[in-house]
Amino acid sequence: MALSKKVKETLFGPILDNNPIALQILGVCSALAVTSSMDKTLVMCIALTFVTAMSNFFISLVRNYIPSSVRIIVQMTIIASLVIVVDQVLQAFAYGIAQELSVFVGLIITNCIVMGRAEAFAMKEKPGLSFLDGIGNGLGYSAVLLVVGFFRELFGSGSLFGYQIMQLVTEGGWYTPVGLLVMPPSAFFIIGGLIWVLRTYRPEQVEAKES
Amino acid sequence: MEHYISLFIRAVFIENLALSFFLGMCTFLAVSKKVTTAFGLGVAVVVVLGLSVPASNLVNTYVLSPGALGWAGFPDADLSFLRFLTFIGIIAALVQVLEMALDKYLPSLYNALGIFLPLIAVNCAIFGGVLFMVERDYNFGESVVYGIGGGVGWALAITLLAAVREKLKYADIPDGLRGLGITFISAGLIGLGFMSFSGVSL
Repeated sequence: MALSKKVKETLFGPILDNNPIALQILGVCSALAVTSSMDKTLVMCIALTFVTAMSNFFISLVRNYIPSSVRIIVQMTIIASLVIVVDQVLQAFAYGIAQELSVFVGLIITNCIVMGRAEAFAMKEKPGLSFLDGIGNGLGYSAVLLVVGFFRELFGSGSLFGYQIMQLVTEGGWYTPVGLLVMPPSAFFIIGGLIWVLRTYRPEQVEAKES
Repeated sequence: MEHYISLFIRAVFIENLALSFFLGMCTFLAVSKKVTTAFGLGVAVVVVLGLSVPASNLVNTYVLSPGALGWAGFPDADLSFLRFLTFIGIIAALVQVLEMALDKYLPSLYNALGIFLPLIAVNCAIFGGVLFMVERDYNFGESVVYGIGGGVGWALAITLLAAVREKLKYADIPDGLRGLGITFISAGLIGLGFMSFSGVSL
């Protein structure tokens, strides 16, 4: 399938070049809290990608009919309805994970990625392209989250997706888990380090020195 | 009384919205460059959280919970699936009303907070606080204390981070870490500091 350049840019740009978390500082809120295990992270990523893509699509569909004075409320209503759908589906089919994610599914509504893309992209572009932009940004978010989740679960509790990879000392194995990684502050360190790595490879993303 | 004090301390230090649940991170990282603005935003968050958590609590108890509509003759109604939509509406409306009220009666405060108020409507700290209130089944009194406590905790965290960032200007930071990267790491260090409160119980 031959993808036009613009489509490609919209879809894959946000993953490395214009990552929503590392560069646009959007959607960091939930990025940190759900990454202590891989399965939670994965569910969250799928939910967020779905909501961003669909909300971009629908907002873009009605973009010419929204008076700009009430656009925030309209966007919020569309996003909130989509999140309710996601939440009800999760409650019905993945109750355990829905309980663990607790408030963070609801918090997708206030996730800045969804609002930010709706405001910056979907209000201007055609529905098809907006949909792809939503998927792209969702993937960019997922990429960061999955990396963070991978490190936190593998080294924090020696497992991936709940399967034991490295035998823990407490169960007669050899691996002493790094307790720090299970705790909230470690997510900050990993994302900080990730940004460092990303910017070392892409020096043009380095921020200018403050005067 | 003791129960409320312990709830307040928990909300401020142990379950700090910003540092242990990462709520309101976007504004937390974006607006923490100067202590004065950070503090102003913190105060606004305290006010909005202190109002919206109890308000949502009332709506939740009397309209949305399963069986809550008994007083209106619908004992079987369960509107809890409408929670997200209603709470967002309440927060947005409250922020709007607050903005107008401040503009009319306290113009000086309005000018100081002006730009931050609309930002707060989409701040996850507010919405997160409301959702935690629902999930933990707080009653009305507890929700007032939790709202204010959560706000104070958030304000404290953003002011601390802003103070650290002001000093960071003089530090020689590796290129790739400058700006966002080092902010994340300092926030993490502050978070570690706050974890030392976790043993405190009243």
